[in-house]
Amino acid sequence: MTRKRGRGMAAVNYPTGMNLGGDPSQALIHATTTGSFVVTLSSVDLGQGLKTVMAQICAETLGVPTDNIIIDTADTDTGPHCMGTFASRGTHRIGNAIIMAAKEARAVMLEVAAEELEVDSNDLTTDGAGTIHVKGSPQKSISIFNVALAAHFKHGKSISGRGIFLQPRSYPEPETGKMTPATCYAHACTVAEVEVDTETGEVAVLSLKSAYEVGRALNPRMVEQQIIGGAWMGISHALYETTEPYYPDRAHGPVDFNQYLMPGPGDLPEFANVVIERPAADGPFGAKGVGEMTANSPIPAIANAIFDAVGVRVDSLPITPEKVLRGIRALNA
Amino acid sequence: MTKVAVEFTLNTREQNEFVETGSTLLSALRDRLGLYGTKAGCHQGTCGACTVIIDGEPHLSCLTLAERCRGKDVTTLEGLAPAGALHPLQQAFMDGFAAQCGFCTPGMILAAKCLLDRNPDPTRDEVVDAISGNICRCTGYEPIIAAILTAAQGLRKPARKRA
Ligand code: FES
Ligand code: FES
Repeated sequence: MTRKRGRGMAAVNYPTGMNLGGDPSQALIHATTTGSFVVTLSSVDLGQGLKTVMAQICAETLGVPTDNIIIDTADTDTGPHCMGTFASRGTHRIGNAIIMAAKEARAVMLEVAAEELEVDSNDLTTDGAGTIHVKGSPQKSISIFNVALAAHFKHGKSISGRGIFLQPRSYPEPETGKMTPATCYAHACTVAEVEVDTETGEVAVLSLKSAYEVGRALNPRMVEQQIIGGAWMGISHALYETTEPYYPDRAHGPVDFNQYLMPGPGDLPEFANVVIERPAADGPFGAKGVGEMTANSPIPAIANAIFDAVGVRVDSLPITPEKVLRGIRALNA
Repeated sequence: MTKVAVEFTLNTREQNEFVETGSTLLSALRDRLGLYGTKAGCHQGTCGACTVIIDGEPHLSCLTLAERCRGKDVTTLEGLAPAGALHPLQQAFMDGFAAQCGFCTPGMILAAKCLLDRNPDPTRDEVVDAISGNICRCTGYEPIIAAILTAAQGLRKPARKRA
């Protein structure tokens, strides 16, 4: 039995969002009587952490604590429009819509506070901890709670805001095909190290080391989550997962988790990740999308590492032991 | 359909239920008792999402007949800590960002609890072994393994102080 080691690398430039017929997302924000802010969205949190990051963006723009924000993603029938949670567009598109809505709501909030404190609203600032006060004199202040109460019951004002972000439709130039399908691009590079068993064709990933440029990591721990979860998924796509192993022949398609292979906790490589931040001009607080791309660069990096190890170039996924062995045999023929 | 009476202990309380013969513990927990902490993933014993603790051992509730739980001691995620409080494993999962969609989390935590109850100082390999019947689609397992090791460390500390 021989095991051969190899190293491969791959890089990806990944567009944030897409643009088929225009790519809009909307957000509506209103304050409750007690100074919570409800952000109504039609976007979905399926575990990527949208609700957390949207609450952060809203709180930062309004100048109130994150705990005061309620993200309501209840109903796509009645909610403001969102194109959806795909193409790594959530943070960027919906985040920008929330910033626009929160700015409008903040202006009303400060107007009401100004009337209550009998000052000019331009002289007011928020402390991010639940209070609005006059710049330079923190003792002349009013709580967000009292501002919301006063807005409802004294001033008859709705502390609310509307926001939309639209990446307009871009038509390709007929001559060149050139177009602007996305907004900003995130970047990543992965180096994979593998060990290939030349007798069984099995590939073990020993390490995956990646660098990511994500604009700004609004929630660094969640960016790390995406990167590690995505790297695992990349290994899975590279070496294990398929619904049609002999496509286009539909035979031997897996029907359950016994047959649909994925790497388990015992198949993890060593991970090392670096996040580089270069804020995007059009991103919410500089953020780009770091979602789908995390599964991308590991796949070609692993394929290249296999080539480096045994000289076999497999160009269809997943790279199963069968394909590796056939490749080795062809080389020796 | 025939129903049978089953008496068992559920999260330290006596529980009496009439269950259909041949129905699973998973369906008793979710459909009869409204305990949605136990997740239903595959209904065929391949994902681990439905893991509960029966007499100290991890069991797949989708493959366990409810009537076979007579006289047994069943713990679900809801029974790990009093309402409003978190078990050290739950706390470590939260602090360590070890959940994304959260679908695997209850099963992971209960599988981990069984491990730590019998082996308070596990190696990384022992943790991997303990959760190898539980599938996670989101996290890449790494943060889950780290959270379990962190919780183990935290759980050992008070014991040392007492000694
Ligand atoms: S639901 Fe029981 S193992 Fe999947
Ligand atoms: S967190 Fe989604 S399956 Fe584990």
